[in-house]
Order: sequence, then structure tokens, then C-alpha cells
Amino acid sequence: MESEISGADLSVSIGGLRLKNPVMTASGTFGYAKEFEPYVNLHRLGAVVVKGISLEPRAGNPPPRIVETSCGMLNAIGLENVGVDRFISEKMESLQAVTVPVVVNILGDTVNEYREIAERLVDVEGVAAIEVNISCPNVKKGGVAFGTVPEMAAAVTAAVKKVSSVPVIVKLSPNVTDVTNIARAVEDGGADAVSLINTLIGMAVDLRSRRPALANVIGGLSGPAIKPVALRMVYQVAQTVSIPVIGIGGIETAEDVLEFMLAGATAVQIGTANFVNPRASEEAVEGLARYVTEQKLISIREMIGALVLS
Amino acid sequence: MSQFQEKTQIIRFEQLSSDIVRLTLDSPDIASRAKPGQFVMVKAGEGRDPLLRRPFSISQTSNERHFQILFKVVGSGTSILAHYRVGEYLSVLGPLGNGYQVDCDDDNCLVGGGMGIAPLLFLGKWLVRVCPQNPPLVVIGARTAAELSPLVKDFEELGLRVHTATDDGSLGHHGFVIDVLKTINLGSSSRMHVCGPYPMMAAMHLFCKERGLSCQVSMETHMACGMGACLGCIVPSRKGVYAHACSDGPVFDAKELVWKVK
Ligand SMILES: Cc1cc2nc3c(=O)[nH]c(=O)nc-3n(C[C@H](O)[C@H](O)[C@H](O)COP(=O)(O)OP(=O)(O)OC[C@H]3O[C@@H](n4cnc5c(N)ncnc54)[C@H](O)[C@@H]3O)c2cc1C
Ligand SMILES: Cc1cc2nc3c(=O)[nH]c(=O)nc-3n(C[C@H](O)[C@H](O)[C@H](O)COP(=O)(O)O)c2cc1C
Ligand code: FES
Repeated sequence: MESEISGADLSVSIGGLRLKNPVMTASGTFGYAKEFEPYVNLHRLGAVVVKGISLEPRAGNPPPRIVETSCGMLNAIGLENVGVDRFISEKMESLQAVTVPVVVNILGDTVNEYREIAERLVDVEGVAAIEVNISCPNVKKGGVAFGTVPEMAAAVTAAVKKVSSVPVIVKLSPNVTDVTNIARAVEDGGADAVSLINTLIGMAVDLRSRRPALANVIGGLSGPAIKPVALRMVYQVAQTVSIPVIGIGGIETAEDVLEFMLAGATAVQIGTANFVNPRASEEAVEGLARYVTEQKLISIREMIGALVLS
Repeated sequence: MSQFQEKTQIIRFEQLSSDIVRLTLDSPDIASRAKPGQFVMVKAGEGRDPLLRRPFSISQTSNERHFQILFKVVGSGTSILAHYRVGEYLSVLGPLGNGYQVDCDDDNCLVGGGMGIAPLLFLGKWLVRVCPQNPPLVVIGARTAAELSPLVKDFEELGLRVHTATDDGSLGHHGFVIDVLKTINLGSSSRMHVCGPYPMMAAMHLFCKERGLSCQVSMETHMACGMGACLGCIVPSRKGVYAHACSDGPVFDAKELVWKVK
């Protein structure tokens, strides 16, 4: 293992979870971490977040599932995953070898499903925190996404929080009129932190075939194209709640991380950039260390919410 | 298995036809480990548009140090790549994917269409070296002679006999490679290694199924990561619902896949 980067204090704390630096990887963009081992020294990251896990295995959507758009991409993976039981029996072992906190992202069709997944993860060694993806349709409420109705978002949060013994991060959907209402609701529901943003719903058309570019017609937009929207939402939410905020959306470099921290993020997640540069997360950590040293900061925490407004 | 993320220098640039380019890249790490059928993910340009890397088959290696990619300009990424010059650097990830399975006891047969010929050149070279007593049969096709001729030459330099077909009849048989195959007496131990457009591979699957021949195909899908992380690159499979072209493939036994026949 390589030695830690310089002496810069990059550590941050998320609802009781201590991270040696604020750089996490975003769910669905980092596999189960193992895929990135040839490229990244995983031990240098703040935390890894694994692909979203549901109660039962899901096959996901038909192809094509991804299409590139200007400075971004649309995906309609359809939450393909092996299900919580196989996740625990097949994927946890290699994750336990990762020395940084592993955050398990969960999703469900009903409040009960979320609760049940969280229950099965209790006492599983190596699960440092749970991230709740609430951008999923609530099948009991006509398919309205949990993350778009404050009461539903709060109910899922409370259900997961009640059974979990680790910090619970709630991942917010940007596809709402006022994200601060949802953020407040999940804070009231007991969330230890919020992360945002999930992908923005979008669409692309292939003129030549006159078909939608994705088999699912609509998909989630991610990558540099969404960064301004993400920054705005992180800023608004950080003004609203008192729990830590994890910034996500179009982050590639240490400069991006620092911008999100100024806007109020305590930590960040890197998503789509991992596909382009598998070393993006580690390089961001290196860049943060250089910045802290160059700027003679005592700690990176000085950057959180330090946006100069006047 | 080891993969690398590298800045590789372009040491040779060849314009094979008006829209087909071949780049030779200097990368001992990738070239010495690559197997036929594997691919690399290449970043076109330094900017964010195009954002994602593009997948290309490794079309040849030499001296355990150089490897080639062969591509046709079809969109933004490939047109940027076609403007690189010798001495410049390209960011490459690889070698990725599983590669073709080869057995010298089989009568190996390389069947390629268009840019699908790229990985078969590597496979042909490999077979000539590993199974010198049993050289593969080569049947390749493209739209026109201009596209096909430079590649025919490469196979012939390996000492292989090449059967050709073109859509416009400008070289070899006027029509499809499968028509050519139908005129050849194929033994029961023939193993087809196929790469080309989807309709051609679907037709090859049926052709082989009817004759009880083994058929390996290399699948093209939209890929964001190339390493099993995004789950974007699926192909319908009989083993489970979907397989992932980048990590379970790109080479599959055609029987394992679900084919959509139009
Ligand atoms: C494993 C693998 C190996 C490949 N090997 C080669 C090779 O050796 N030589 C070669 O020329 N090409 C190869 N391809 C295809 C190549 O990746 C695409 O042609 C390339 O990504 C197009 O990029 P672009 O930016 O120029 O086109 P874009 O602007 O992205 O797209 C232009 C057009 O091409 C289509 N397209 C984009 N990507 C693909 C794709 N992966 N498959 C089919 N259609 C696509 C788009 O839908 C669009 O209609 C391979 C693909 C895979 C998955
Ligand atoms: C291919 C892909 C798959 C994703 N899968 C999930 C998932 O399973 N659960 C989840 O909460 N978010 C998922 N996301 C959303 C990302 O975690 C992240 O919130 C989003 O992509 C924005 O960040 P980025 O611009 O850095 O990619 C996925 C994103 C992509 C591109
Ligand atoms: S291309 Fe990303 S999983 Fe295959």
C-alpha cells in the first residue's frame, strides 16, 4: 500500500462516519469496486458506494441503455442488480477487503422493501453506511417517485433509519420543483446525511431512425452537463438542513470537489467521470491534498460552505 | 488479469481508404498481454465532448510492444481520432474483454464483415503462430474493394488464402460472405470466429446451427466504461436475461445469445 498523501488534513465526518477525505464514488458508476482495482488504489479514497441493491434481483431495461449527449450521457440501466441476498453472499467478501468505508446503496418499490433490505444488511460486516435511493417509483402510490413527495421520502427514511445500526444517507432526486422541501422532510425523518443529485430525467432522439435513442425512451442525465444544476441544488439544500450534504453531479477534478464544498458540501461523489478516467477519484484526492498544502489550510473542512457572497 | 490506463504514443498513422484509418500505438503493457478478440477504450480528444471513451478491437500486435486499432469514421469520436498524427499521445484503457477461444485441433475459420475484420487479423496472426500446421480459412467482406483490399493484403502477408465478398461486386463475390461460405466444403470440426454487423452475425448463427458447427461471435454494443461498471453494454442471453458485452464478452458462443432475426 502506498503511503498517505502528504500531511494535509482532508478528513471529514458524515453523520458519525469518519472519512479520511471527502471523495467518494457514486452508486452505479463504480461497480462493486473490484472492477477498478487495476486502475485505482482504493485505499486512498474517502469511501466507495456500490451499485444500487434491491430486495429481489433485477434484470434491468432492454438495450440500448446508454447514449452520449453533449458533455454528458443518458442511462436507463433500470437498476440491474443481483439482489440483496446474492449481494451479501457474493459481493461483500471482496468489499470487506477494501479498507475504506463501503456504503451500500438501496432501492425499492415499497416502503417495506426498503426496510427489509436495510434489515438484511444489519450486522453484515463491512457495511459502513446505507445510502437510500429515493428516485424510484412507489408502486403502491401509482408509481410516483418516493423522492418527489415529502411525506413519502420521510416515510422511507424513517423506515430504514429505524432498523439500521449504521448512518443512513438519503439520496435526493433533482426531478422536483423544490428540492429543499424533500431535504427538510428526510432530515425530519431521521436521515444522518443527504446526498444529491441523482440523474436528471432526459431524452435523446436518433433522427436517422426516428426512434428514441434509449429503448426505455427516457433516461437519467449525468456528467459535466449537469454540474451547474447540481451545484445550485447542493447550495440550496446546504442552506436548509443542518445534517451534512454530499454533493454529486458532474464532478471530475479536485477543483470541482472544492466548488461543491464551497457551496456547502461536506463530501462529494464522483460518478460518470470514473468511466472516462478510472483514476479520477484518486486524482481528485491528490489534488485536494495539494490545494490544502498550497493554500496553507489547517483542514479541508475550512472549505465547507465558505462561499464568498458579497 | 491486468489492465492498464496509459497515455500511448502514436507511432504510425495509415489512411487505408477515404474513411478508414489505422493507428499503431506504442504500449508494451497492453501489446504484450493482449489476446485476439480483446479491445481497448480510447479517449478521442482531451475535452468533454465527446465525453466517453470509444471501444476498438485490437487489430494486431507486434514485438510485444506495439498494437494497432483499425477504424472507420462514423461520428464525432472517430473523426477526431482520424485527425491525430504520429508522435501525439492517446489515452487508452486495456486490454479489455475475454477474446476468442482457440483450439488448434479445430478447423478455424475467420468470418468478418466491415470493421469486424479488425480483430480477426490479430486472430489470424495468432493462429498462424500457435497452430502452424492448421492455418485458418479466411472469408471477409465489406461494402467495396476500396475498404476491403488493404485488409486482404494483410491476411495474404500472413500466408493465408482469403475469400472475399463485396456489396457492390468490386472485389470477390458480389454479395455476402455467407454466400461464399455456402460454396466451401466445411468439415464438422470447423469453428467459426465471427465479427461484423449484427445481421451478418445473426445469419452466421443460423448457418452454423443448421450445420452443427461451433460459432463464436464478437458483439458490438454501446459501452460507457468497458470494464463491467456501468452495465450499459448488455446483449440478450440464454444464461440469465442479459450478458455484459465488455466483461462476459465481447466474444460469445452464438448459441448462448438470443438472436433477433428480422
Ligand atoms: C468491443 C467493440 C469493438 C469495436 N471495434 C471496432 C473496430 O475495431 N473498428 C471500428 O471501426 N469500430 C469498432 N467498434 C465500434 C466503434 O466503437 C464505434 O464505431 C465508435 O464508438 C463510434 O464512435 P463515434 O464517436 O465516431 O460515433 P458516434 O458519434 O458515437 O456515433 C455515430 C454512429 O455510430 C453509432 N455507434 C456508436 N457507437 C457504436 C457502437 N459501439 N456500435 C455500433 N454503433 C455505434 C451511433 O449510434 C451513431 O449512429 C467496436 C465496438 C465495440 C463495442
Ligand atoms: C450508469 C449509471 C448508473 C447509475 N446507477 C445508480 C444506482 O444504481 N443508484 C443510484 O442511486 N444512482 C445511480 N446513478 C446515479 C449516480 O450515482 C449519480 O448520482 C449521477 O450519475 C450524477 O453524478 P455524475 O454526474 O458524477 O455521474 C447511476 C448513474 C449512471 C451514469
Ligand atoms: S461497458 Fe460498462 S459495463 Fe460494459
